[in-house]
Amino acid sequence: MFSLEKISIGVQTALNNSLPAFWALMAQFAIVGVLVISLFAVLGLVLVFMERKVSAYMQIRLGPNRVGYKGTAQTLADTLKLLVKEGLIPDGADKFLFRLAPYVVMISAMLLMAPIPFSRNFQIWDINIGVLYISAISSMAVIGILMAGWSSNNKYSLLGAMRSGAQIVSYELSAGLSVLSIVILSGSLQLSEIIQSQENGWWLFKGHIPAVIAFVIFIIAVTAETNRAPFDLAEAESELTAGFHTEYSGMRFALFFLAEYANIFIVCAIGATLFLGGWMPFHVGSWSAFNQIMDYIPGSIWFFGKTFLLIFVIMWFRWTFPRLRIDQLLNLEWKYLLPIGLINLLLITVMAILGWHF
Amino acid sequence: MLEEIGTSAEGDLIINVGPQHPSTHGVLHLVITLQGETIKKVEPHLGYIHRSIEKMCESLSYRQFIYVTSRMDYLSSHINNLGCALAVEKGLQVEVPRRAMVIRVLMSELTRLASHQLWWGAMAMDIGALTPFFHAFREREMINDIMEETCGARLTMNYMVPGGVMFDLHPDFQKKVKEFIAHFKGKIDEYDELLTGNVIFRERTVGVGKISREDAISYGCSGPVARAAGVSCDIRKHAPYDMYSELKFDEILHTDGDCYARYLVRMQEMRQSLNIIEQLIDNIPEGDFQAKTKAVLKLPKGEYYSMVETARGEFGVYIISEGAMTPYRIKFRSPGFSNLSALDHMAKGSKIGDLVAIMGTLDLVIPDIDR
Repeated sequence: MFSLEKISIGVQTALNNSLPAFWALMAQFAIVGVLVISLFAVLGLVLVFMERKVSAYMQIRLGPNRVGYKGTAQTLADTLKLLVKEGLIPDGADKFLFRLAPYVVMISAMLLMAPIPFSRNFQIWDINIGVLYISAISSMAVIGILMAGWSSNNKYSLLGAMRSGAQIVSYELSAGLSVLSIVILSGSLQLSEIIQSQENGWWLFKGHIPAVIAFVIFIIAVTAETNRAPFDLAEAESELTAGFHTEYSGMRFALFFLAEYANIFIVCAIGATLFLGGWMPFHVGSWSAFNQIMDYIPGSIWFFGKTFLLIFVIMWFRWTFPRLRIDQLLNLEWKYLLPIGLINLLLITVMAILGWHF
Repeated sequence: MLEEIGTSAEGDLIINVGPQHPSTHGVLHLVITLQGETIKKVEPHLGYIHRSIEKMCESLSYRQFIYVTSRMDYLSSHINNLGCALAVEKGLQVEVPRRAMVIRVLMSELTRLASHQLWWGAMAMDIGALTPFFHAFREREMINDIMEETCGARLTMNYMVPGGVMFDLHPDFQKKVKEFIAHFKGKIDEYDELLTGNVIFRERTVGVGKISREDAISYGCSGPVARAAGVSCDIRKHAPYDMYSELKFDEILHTDGDCYARYLVRMQEMRQSLNIIEQLIDNIPEGDFQAKTKAVLKLPKGEYYSMVETARGEFGVYIISEGAMTPYRIKFRSPGFSNLSALDHMAKGSKIGDLVAIMGTLDLVIPDIDR
């Protein structure tokens, strides 16, 4: 059976055999860095194309279908266009922060790639506080957004950034609580162990209704955290033109754009890992024959399949729902999601202590 | 002017929305005074698309000036033209053939449908739902095709002439309209499913941009905006022109006066328009489509006023004639202008997001306001 695990272990042994320990580590860093950057580029291309096609079919259009095979190279052409465009900096902008902001957003997205397990033993950094790391790093993107909005010297940008700040800080709580419920169920903060604990069934199914509630809250919260519709208040185009990135053009804009899609991928990957078993195939308790058949499908395919399913759901939201208003958005979080999340967490704790889950 | 680019003396944020902005549907310029996200004042600045149409009309003959009015409220150009034709007919004392009347009503209602469809999509887009726009355009396209076949144009039809309509109906007209009705009846339910029942949509519109009956009257609101506040003002009912007195249809009235009521009024008006078209489509009488009129029209000295119900409200045409080939003075009463004047009243104290929703439900067409 094909597995990414063989590649990663093979490369590691080859490096360790041929180089001294320190240089082997350095070589691994370099390889990982190149891989992450190319993964970002590929993800950007794939997700932008996917979004355009998904939206097109929901809106009875065809979507891009001219450049390349069935329009697949459209994003590439757009990227080239953005690369050669002039990156304007408005007069009166804080030039240093204006230049820095897209990189802060982008780097925080890249850092999040580290603990995500793409397949068995195919993980950049299997840190034992993986979930905590993710919660910590994912809150950093808001600094970049605030920087962008503040430094643009544009009132629309400022309003967008302030909205984004309020929104991300609030929804971080709900996302954190629902992630915490899986930590309680699995008893570990390490993502590889959380996946291992789902060997006989995914937490979405094993955790009864509380897990489903946690999952729903998680999806809502991460949609808000990634500034996606119906929570795209930070860039509400009918109100604030383009929100925090109104003044950005060329590649700096593209970095925000890319970071948005990278963030969607990451939050969906985390959702798939925590609730849907990550790369773990679909297993049903004691049906060993069924489980063995499922094992023939490589883990990486399971992982990407689940992730893209969640991405599709989030895109589906965007092209169906109207946008919330800022006060309604905060009401939803503080009056509904947070209390429900807290009670749900309590239920899950009771369930975990009494061992009611499968 | 300094105020407009910075903050006011009280330290409030002043924002220019427009003249180029995604939510203004044209070159409308709003100067908003904000306290945080809360709106303190909205000040519309007009004039970006002023073409002095009323002045132009004074140098155009009574046949020519009708076509300029297509460029005002371009979404209900048929009905604008009809209003002008009616005013001229009043002066000429022309008897319009029945067939022409039926065609005029059919075209007016199709125009109303097309306009409301576009409004539905555009308003949904303002509120943040992008998909309805495309669904609305799919149905609007069918109407445009019908228009194109008969009138030769899709937006500025120029089909109404004093004494009737310019051409006879296209032979396929009845078949195509019936196809459209059958198609649209299913789709309008889909519209309701997609947007009307949506929780977020209701959150965004119920209780937002309220205007009371008294205020709606004193601001001179008309059309769906006034009817949503409980003002019975449908010209088709109160001063019926052409065929409308013989048709069965309801005037839609709501009493809440908020965005949701305005939305519902338009949605139900679409069903009423369908109803009117269904009543007429099988009963188009044979006969002339145009009354015999002189080649050069001269209105007797006097003042003539006619009003019609466009998709946006009451459209009035006031002609002063000195007996010459061209009118002495023309004044149009456009619904959008009065409706826009109520914007500040509606938006005061609400959030920026609400302003966009209110503008969406006012259904503004800027060339109609600026003329």
